[in-house]
Amino acid sequence: MELDQMIRLILAQGMLGLNNGVFYAMLSLGLAVIFGLLNVVNFAHGALYMTGAFLALILHSYLGQWLGLDWLQIGFWPSLILVPLLIAGFGMLIERTMLRWLYKFDPIYSLLFTFGVTLVLQGVFINFFNASGTPYPGMPESLKGVVNLGFMMFPKYRLFVIIFSILVCAVVWYIIERTRIGARLRAGTENPELVKAFGINVPLMVMLTFGFGTGLAGLAGVLAAPIYSVSPLMGANLIIVIFAVVVIGGMGSIMGAVVTGFALGLIEGVTKVFYAPAANTMIFLLMVIVLLVRPSGLFGRQS
Amino acid sequence: MTIATLQTGADTGVKPILQIKDLHAWYGESHILHGIEMELGEGQLITLLGRNGAGRSTTLRAIMGMVDRRTGSIRIHGNEFINKPAHRISPDGRIGYCPEERGIFASLNVEENLMLPPMVGEDGMSLDEIFSMFPNLADVRKRMGTRLSGGEQQMLAIARILRTGARLLLLDEITEGLAPVIVKTLGTVIRDLKKRGYTIVLVEQNFRFAATLADRHYVIEHGKVIDRIEAADVDASMERLNHYLSV
Amino acid sequence: MTQNVSQIGEFDENVGGTKLQGRARWAALGMWGLMLAFILIAPAFLYPVFVMQLLCFALFACAFNLLIGFTGLLSFGHAAFFGGGAYIAGHVIKMWGFPPLLGIVAGALFAAALGWVVGSLAIRRQGIYFAMITLALAQIVFFFVLQLPFTGGEDGLQGIPRGYLLGFIDLEQPLAMYYFVAAVFVVGFLLIYRIIHSPFGQVLQAIRENEPRALSLGYNVDRFKLLAFVLSAGLAGLAGSTKALVFQFASLTDAHWQMSGEVILMTLLGGMGTIFGPVVGAFIVVALQHVLSGIGSWVQVVIGGTFIACVLLFRRGVVGELARLLRISSL
Repeated sequence: MELDQMIRLILAQGMLGLNNGVFYAMLSLGLAVIFGLLNVVNFAHGALYMTGAFLALILHSYLGQWLGLDWLQIGFWPSLILVPLLIAGFGMLIERTMLRWLYKFDPIYSLLFTFGVTLVLQGVFINFFNASGTPYPGMPESLKGVVNLGFMMFPKYRLFVIIFSILVCAVVWYIIERTRIGARLRAGTENPELVKAFGINVPLMVMLTFGFGTGLAGLAGVLAAPIYSVSPLMGANLIIVIFAVVVIGGMGSIMGAVVTGFALGLIEGVTKVFYAPAANTMIFLLMVIVLLVRPSGLFGRQS
Repeated sequence: MTIATLQTGADTGVKPILQIKDLHAWYGESHILHGIEMELGEGQLITLLGRNGAGRSTTLRAIMGMVDRRTGSIRIHGNEFINKPAHRISPDGRIGYCPEERGIFASLNVEENLMLPPMVGEDGMSLDEIFSMFPNLADVRKRMGTRLSGGEQQMLAIARILRTGARLLLLDEITEGLAPVIVKTLGTVIRDLKKRGYTIVLVEQNFRFAATLADRHYVIEHGKVIDRIEAADVDASMERLNHYLSV
Repeated sequence: MTQNVSQIGEFDENVGGTKLQGRARWAALGMWGLMLAFILIAPAFLYPVFVMQLLCFALFACAFNLLIGFTGLLSFGHAAFFGGGAYIAGHVIKMWGFPPLLGIVAGALFAAALGWVVGSLAIRRQGIYFAMITLALAQIVFFFVLQLPFTGGEDGLQGIPRGYLLGFIDLEQPLAMYYFVAAVFVVGFLLIYRIIHSPFGQVLQAIRENEPRALSLGYNVDRFKLLAFVLSAGLAGLAGSTKALVFQFASLTDAHWQMSGEVILMTLLGGMGTIFGPVVGAFIVVALQHVLSGIGSWVQVVIGGTFIACVLLFRRGVVGELARLLRISSL
């Protein structure tokens, strides 16, 4: 293969990989934010992403039928706002009513709790929807078609997803690193007891943070719906990859989680050019290497 | 040994700000405080003296609700605080707490550390006032919390709570590990605060530092108040004090 | 919010005294008696295959409990060892003509070796990271199981012959197979029992309760953890190999992360850190799956709900609560 062709191929797969990386980044971000303040590894993060995608599908194609209002069809753009809010609400509900009681115990219990939530969510959707996936018909007209990137023709929607997610991650980073609220979150992550003693309602902050993290997962789900078909198992496959991502990047740093997510997506994409079958396990292999060479992760502090 | 109660109320004109009766506190199964009793009037400064591990810091933490369990009575401005959730103690009691470890947040810079605690009263010090009281803090405004010297961290810890409008200050070992010149500055700061009418509880190992500032000293041992010495009686009680404070 | 002292395996803080010794001994004897009696006479009133399935999963759960209940390490990828053992045993028996005993030992040894690799990597990180790494590594194993030709991929490895035990006992006879499986279970269980009560086991429990303290006492904590991991993996592989022989086939489900989740549930439900808990938990979960087989994929919801309920309300598990009722410190 000529060098020119090779470069084009690398760039093309790189773009597609970046597309995956977007979801790795957004989900690791949510996971890291939750872990930072609550010291909880939210196994259900993948399932909530999946639920977000399904909510988008339901709002578009099923809600109208169920309510007897056949004309009702909540499209992509409203879903982009509505679904994360719904998921965040759900997240806050389970934090407030159940997860909260587990903080005083060994952290594995909260991991097992979120694992249970995963099974319940997955089990519910498997019963009503096709395990192999349902396509989402609500891709907005304005984002259909392709864009000429020079080295390839790239779907407009996918480009939108990349740009939108980078924006979301940037906004989240800004909120956490540069605002008053973010300062409270960072302080609460370091020393929740002292922050409470200053008069800040830490339990409320915890609930809102969990809601925020899960909302991000839901947002990722909506973004994913037009690209990948909506399947009850889409979160399960993803969460295991996300775990590898956070082991590599460490969960101590928000920035680290995002950068690692994007980078791994890119690497996965480029690997496809050279040795396709390895692409799926590339991230896990990298995890093994990081564990051997730099056990505490690239960015994080040991928990 | 009976502990005489504070002369407060109508006869002395000194309002009791803090009244602690029979305070017990636990960390998990460990019973640390065994019935602490003390009183503090507005504008007064008391110190908690005693050996390490006697329960002085725990007393402050118990007031702030930072222990696992507490029983007894803690009245602030006459209101019962023993059952209050931890995050309401500071705002409801207009209290500022300065922990022994200083508690400067590493992932926040100086300005963020300063602005973090929410206002608990109307007449908090403005940033200008704070920077004039602690000039070297102004120079390091954007530095991250960990990159400060011990003295700077201590100044920041105190400045933090002054900004909030707290009137009752609980200060834990503020001179610990600091150079004499900084200790002197802190003494000036505390004296100034006392003049402005702040009510202060000081946990101090450095008796010489405490002696010049306090209206009264409480000696704590094994989680109980075992003695109470008024400022006027300090010279007369030096032998007793040396006994209490010797390791 | 952080605790560096584990509460796993602690049932009653107010336990103590000499009366306890007597009570504990009676309770343990009682459980042994119950278990052995059940194993001996179960084929008389239950389908032998069903009981064999119970025993295999009970061994699997006991092996898993060695790690979580006694060393304090949560492995989220134990299916890799269960499934790995199953496939290897299946392969050597079917393709290379190994006799059954040697076959399942081979499966167990393979799982132990795999455990050595996985454990060495995972132990480099503490706490929750450890669990995540085991999950990720198990996923690699699953990937291999899916792709390698000899496993049969989606179809699984079918038609594993039961063969002749020691050359002359025909394992195609249900009762013969049953008592063979029972023997494997008892041997495995005894081994775990001995490990727990040995000085090695004591150190593991010290590590579980307070790792920094164990470290400061001079124990090479990592080495102990790795050995516990290898033992646990090997015994899980033994359980998987035996199961493959019972059903005469190994499938992807055996190595899937859902299996990892199920063994965790069995141990949690029965009582983490107890000796008999995993057996009871396995029995309950397997029986439940049979009873609920009519409701199809709603089983997942039930399992998830059970997880949630257990974690919130029933952390001690069945045997743990029993121990607490009897006011003894371990069962």
